[in-house]
Amino acid sequence: MEAGLKSYKFRKDREATWVELDALVAQAEKKGVKSLSAEEMMRLPNLYRATLSSLSVARSISLDLNVVRYLESLCARAYFFIYGARSTLRDAISEFFLVSFPGAVWNARWHMMLSLGLLILGILVGYLLVGQNADWYYSFIPQELAGGRSPTSTTEALRGVIYDSEETAAETLSAFASFLFSHNSMVAMLSFALGFALGIPTILLMFYNGLTIGALTSLYASRGLGWDLWGWLLIHGVTELLAIALCGGAGIILASSLVVPGQYSRLEMLARNGKRAGQIVIGAVAMLFFAALLEGFARQLINDISVRYTIAFLSGAFWLSYFIGLGRKAKYGRQS
Amino acid sequence: MAGKAEGINANTTYIDKRAIREVVTPEGVALRLQLADRGERAVAVILDLVFIFLSIIALVIGIVLFVGGFGGGSVFLPLVILISFAFRSFYFMFFELRWHGQTPGKRILGIRVVSRSGGSLQADAIIVRNLMRELELFLPMTLLLGGGGYGDEAWASLLSILWACVFLFLPFFNKDRLRAGDIVAGTWVIATPKSALLPDVADDRRDGIGGRDVQLAAQYRFTRKQLGAYGIYELQTLEHVLRQKGPDSRNVRAVVAERIGKKIGWEGPEYKTEPEAFLQGFYTALRQHLETKMLFGVKRRSKHDKEKGGR
Repeated sequence: MEAGLKSYKFRKDREATWVELDALVAQAEKKGVKSLSAEEMMRLPNLYRATLSSLSVARSISLDLNVVRYLESLCARAYFFIYGARSTLRDAISEFFLVSFPGAVWNARWHMMLSLGLLILGILVGYLLVGQNADWYYSFIPQELAGGRSPTSTTEALRGVIYDSEETAAETLSAFASFLFSHNSMVAMLSFALGFALGIPTILLMFYNGLTIGALTSLYASRGLGWDLWGWLLIHGVTELLAIALCGGAGIILASSLVVPGQYSRLEMLARNGKRAGQIVIGAVAMLFFAALLEGFARQLINDISVRYTIAFLSGAFWLSYFIGLGRKAKYGRQS
Repeated sequence: MAGKAEGINANTTYIDKRAIREVVTPEGVALRLQLADRGERAVAVILDLVFIFLSIIALVIGIVLFVGGFGGGSVFLPLVILISFAFRSFYFMFFELRWHGQTPGKRILGIRVVSRSGGSLQADAIIVRNLMRELELFLPMTLLLGGGGYGDEAWASLLSILWACVFLFLPFFNKDRLRAGDIVAGTWVIATPKSALLPDVADDRRDGIGGRDVQLAAQYRFTRKQLGAYGIYELQTLEHVLRQKGPDSRNVRAVVAERIGKKIGWEGPEYKTEPEAFLQGFYTALRQHLETKMLFGVKRRSKHDKEKGGR
């Protein structure tokens, strides 16, 4: 009786392929793709395609529910491995820093400018407000960040924070650097993620960061220490502020794809732009790592103002040429 | 009668139709995937958080033992800070990259991340969907732990917790169960399919109780009119009934056989003593009948479908 069943014969003919694929996929699921031999890796795509075509055929000729469901789930399982995330970590990293990251930043340069502009605006406003009335200082700078620096501090004490190298025991320094790094990175990631809330918190965060810097500058400038403070800040601040501005810019990308999605649906636009924005954030976290090294070590060990400015200038020049040079070259073809 | 109803329903209820999504592979074949349950995803995240916490503690203890107590060091505190940061921020990314969209928690729950478009799951998508956890997961956690205060401050912290929870509970407010990270990265989370290839019901070398029945089944012959009584839905329900195992399954088959016998007006060889052989014969004949029709483009979904053409 069953000899006349086309679907029965079809299954008999193709079953061996399915079972072989099933075994390979099961092994890959259990022990990882690397446990497959080179030959098995070569077989995998072929078996997958053969099974996928079996599925198409089975859907049109077979009413054996078990076979169709089996093929459906087997194909899906194999599909995860054929089209799963893969690329060696090294390739991924080098491609990221040479192409994707600078390319993503260059592509979103206007968002980055906006974010950086907000930061600078914050600095100006903070500077002017505290310059007019020193009381503003207390509302911009939270107690725990002030580190004993306030309008009531003596000039000497303020100077001490910038140039003091007595407490440069290695332990406080490295602890300080790693704390700075993780703290700054979390703030940076958050300011990106907040872009999802229409970007308003991101914008506020950028502006507020500027305010604190402006307030601090104003305080130091009133004691004639303005240049010294900028040397102290910019040695790492060029890298750090740039990184924070990049994250803010990435948040603004998210927000703008939500608010003005253009010809696409909001969901589609978010998915398109979100990935690029995320690359920017990861790159910015790497920048923050360098910034923390500079802040934790170089800043405390180098007390000469001209060397501080030289490092600040060099790092600024480096990042500019990196983003402009590599970023313009990187064609962002993959996404669009 | 109740037994029969149960046997038939079991076939249809174990797949939640609302959670089925089609993804078209680059080869142009649509694969049907089942979205992961929200509860399962929550449990997976909690498991992962526990793993992160435990591994940080284990590493810290390891460092203490290795460096030789707290006295050993200038490197101790920075190491701890860096390790906690790295685990907290990169644990999910690391595993989803290595394990094709799974973390230990997801693996235990049998769920995984897939690209919504059907293409390959890119590294940048994984990075982004996990960066968003900063907003969805860690911000509400920090707010909850750091909350409190009196008067205005308490109100402010309550409001910010509420606001953060909007993102935390986003998967409950859309039919695709997307969280913010999924939306931005273009991914969704599905249940990892499991598959078992069972022997064909029409196979006469099938082992177990079915084998003998298949040979006996050959004595039953059905007319086109009798086969025309049912459609694909009934055929596949019958497949399920024939595959059923367990103490009650014989009774179920006897009831089903009687029902079918009545419906098609069976007058051939006696079938009540051998209900399983009869069902086997009817299944094979019906499948052949319906598959032949399908080849000619006539798909009769169930007995309620009008039979079009093909006679």
